[in-house]
Amino acid sequence: MNIWLSYLIDSVAFGVTFIYGSTGEILTEKAGHLNLGIPGIMCMGGAGGCLVLNTIGKISMAMVEKGMSPLPGFVFVIAGILGAILMSMLMGLIYSFLTVTLRANQNVTGLVLTTFGTGLMKVIMSKLDHTIYLEGPKEFYRWPFHMRNDPLLYLGVLFYLSIFIALAASYVLYKTKVGLHLRAIGESPSTADAVGINVTKYKYLATIIGSAIAGLGGFYYIMDYSGSREAYLSIEAYGWMAIALVIFALWRPHFTIIGSIVFGFLFSFGSQIVNIEGISINLVMTYLLKMLPYICTIIVLIFTSIRNKRENQPPQSLGLPYFREDR
Amino acid sequence: MNKKIALSMRGITKRFGSVLANNNVNLDVYQGEVLAILGENGCGKTTLMNMIAGIYFPDEGKIYKEDKEVVIRSPKDAFDLKIGMIHQHFKLVDLFTAAENIVLGVEEGKKYNLKNVNNRVREIADKYGFHIDPEKKIYDMSVSEKQTVEIIKVLYRGADILILDEPTAVLTPQEIDRLFEVLRRMKEDGKSIIIITHKLHEVLAVSDRVAILRKGEHVATVDTRDATESSLTEMMVGKKVELNIDRSEPVNPAPRIEIQHLSLKNAEGIDVLKDVSFIANSGEILGIAGIAGSGQKELLEAITGLQPTSTGDIIFTNPKKDKPVSFFHKSLARVKFLAKQGAFHDEFGNEVSFNGLGAKAIRRLVNNGKVLFKEDEVMNLRHKTPLQIRQLGIHLSFVPEDRLGMGLVGSMGITDNMMLRSYRKGASGFLNRRKPKQLAESIIHELEVSTPGVNTPVRKLSGGNVQKVLVGREIAFTPKVLMAAYPVRGLDINSSYTIYHLLNKQKEKGVAVIFVGEDLDVLLALCDRILVINSGEITGIVDARRATKEEIGLMMTQTKDASKEGNS
Repeated sequence: MNIWLSYLIDSVAFGVTFIYGSTGEILTEKAGHLNLGIPGIMCMGGAGGCLVLNTIGKISMAMVEKGMSPLPGFVFVIAGILGAILMSMLMGLIYSFLTVTLRANQNVTGLVLTTFGTGLMKVIMSKLDHTIYLEGPKEFYRWPFHMRNDPLLYLGVLFYLSIFIALAASYVLYKTKVGLHLRAIGESPSTADAVGINVTKYKYLATIIGSAIAGLGGFYYIMDYSGSREAYLSIEAYGWMAIALVIFALWRPHFTIIGSIVFGFLFSFGSQIVNIEGISINLVMTYLLKMLPYICTIIVLIFTSIRNKRENQPPQSLGLPYFREDR
Repeated sequence: MNKKIALSMRGITKRFGSVLANNNVNLDVYQGEVLAILGENGCGKTTLMNMIAGIYFPDEGKIYKEDKEVVIRSPKDAFDLKIGMIHQHFKLVDLFTAAENIVLGVEEGKKYNLKNVNNRVREIADKYGFHIDPEKKIYDMSVSEKQTVEIIKVLYRGADILILDEPTAVLTPQEIDRLFEVLRRMKEDGKSIIIITHKLHEVLAVSDRVAILRKGEHVATVDTRDATESSLTEMMVGKKVELNIDRSEPVNPAPRIEIQHLSLKNAEGIDVLKDVSFIANSGEILGIAGIAGSGQKELLEAITGLQPTSTGDIIFTNPKKDKPVSFFHKSLARVKFLAKQGAFHDEFGNEVSFNGLGAKAIRRLVNNGKVLFKEDEVMNLRHKTPLQIRQLGIHLSFVPEDRLGMGLVGSMGITDNMMLRSYRKGASGFLNRRKPKQLAESIIHELEVSTPGVNTPVRKLSGGNVQKVLVGREIAFTPKVLMAAYPVRGLDINSSYTIYHLLNKQKEKGVAVIFVGEDLDVLLALCDRILVINSGEITGIVDARRATKEEIGLMMTQTKDASKEGNS
């Protein structure tokens, strides 16, 4: 395979982590909540999925010992995904309870969740057996290309799901009543409230569903793209990238698909470029090159604020708590 | 009246903390009528209506819709009962189109299709005679268009009771006429319309009945055809209010601030002030009349140093003649320099030059008040920041139009807001709250500010009380010039008179008062001279004791070009 093509496919696959994270964050931000807990939620999503896989992996092994056939692959896939979703929803529930019901400061709450989620994930992951949750099941997640040994390998089940979710999220946001209501809440919750939209319900649902989607990003990174036992250590960093991608994608889920490829491409630019003949760079340079996605985000921010088109700005009430009787 | 009752309220009471907003209100609304709710600011009109619209929940009392008791806990409940409210501050999503805003929150059970919505909006608009483009974004709309969207929003939901909270406050006279026409059509359609207002002529023009509220209580409901402006005022105000503003003759007016050929461009490069020249004298009130947005705000802000000017001078005369020199605003070097220029004399009229005196001796002389200014100090304030102006020892007080945006910090208490003016006086790095607190308490006492305490955030106070706090602070600063932009806007009659009285007292103290107003009657009764500004140009300065309303109105509206054309 051409080295550039394989680099491109690798970028696409790497970007899937960001698609999940950003789409989840966009849904939350459209409801007016800046969830800086996304890195922690992605960590916990990964941990949740692995925890379930570890459990059913053990069950499957016990069944084999008893002479039964092992559990089929799709059971692993679905159970893992459900585990990731449930765990991250729980995190989302904590976030929305604190910020929506108790009206705690969103930035502080988010940062706390990230710290908490990253730490708890490390505890959970250290207790799990990677030969059970990872080695066997990852083949199922990498279906249909699990037999290949080039980057196509990574375009597994969760890749297709991410594209579907991003497109579906955009459809819901811009083509349905639910999306209209959600966007109205993010722009002006008092307006939405005055026309009888249940602001609290929407905020909770957007945050929790957004968290569930984001959590899948962490799970994908462990099970598919990385597939190594140390994978969980770098999820937090990619969580922050996902938050930057939200700005890059101008708060539109379908733009995250393109944005994620750009981010994936730029992020691994330093490590991939050495594979190309005739180019040699030192280690410091590779780290510097990893800044590229952030620099791009800043450039996008500058351009959107210069053009100042209202449609490309963050939701107007982003980060502000809403209380009906507040004067 | 044989008409059916659409809605009735019985014994409605609502408290905010210790403040009683509504007390035992009983009110009926009939089908197919326009009911005006009349009352001074802060009398509980909006609060009462908010309880029907589901924004607030009454502490006591019952609401009946067509003889059935209903509980309205949220705006959604109100919509379900076909009650819709058009708020004073529009509740629209700027980023959405008119149609998107209108359909927001409507459960039709049909698939969401914006095209159908657009068509239905056009239908409603045609029926009642609105002009609206359903696909226009709110951020591109004028205030009147936004109001139209709000009304259609309510009609789209099939509301048969519409509440309009001071709908005319933001409209031009032509737009008001059009709105009233629409309201009449809706009334003919059998809808009940409640209009909250404090403008009497509008009540008489559009309503069938008037309900008058005073201090949260329902005073009376009368048929409009039996009512007159004076009978309504009497019920609204309760006690007799002195309608004449006391106006004393200016005492020894002397030029205090002179504006010479001032021009100013806004951020978009448009001329906001064009070659403006005038003099504000001490001991008189100079009124500034003009249509909103003619450059009044920019003029005051240019004087206070908040707006950079392109050309022109602002000459301030500090009445220092025969007043002692102090080191408070002047360094020793500056004092020496001025002495050499021959600016000082002593009590007996002999020039003071400090020849052969050491620094210590000079300080002693000055601190003992033996050195006096020969003449008034004249300074140009052009290109000076508010801080620099203050460091020159010039006390300019400014009561801005946007009280909670520019004047006060809404989330801070009265004491802290007092400190915004005085925090530089402290000698140490720590705050001294004692004096500001005394000032806050004296303002609350003297100006009868109704507040739970000195530390209650000022944004929780009503408009009139906020203004009293702001004006009180500015006056406590012992200004030489007091500028007030629309100081009585949104205030009830009693609070307005308190403000007029305060301005008059400042005038008697020899302060140059500049009063930007909108009500011509008030300008004519309060001011000594009135400056008329029209699209950034001064079209005339008249004697307020002789000028007529028509004269000023003409100067406000007629452009110079048009009058020239008329002459030629």
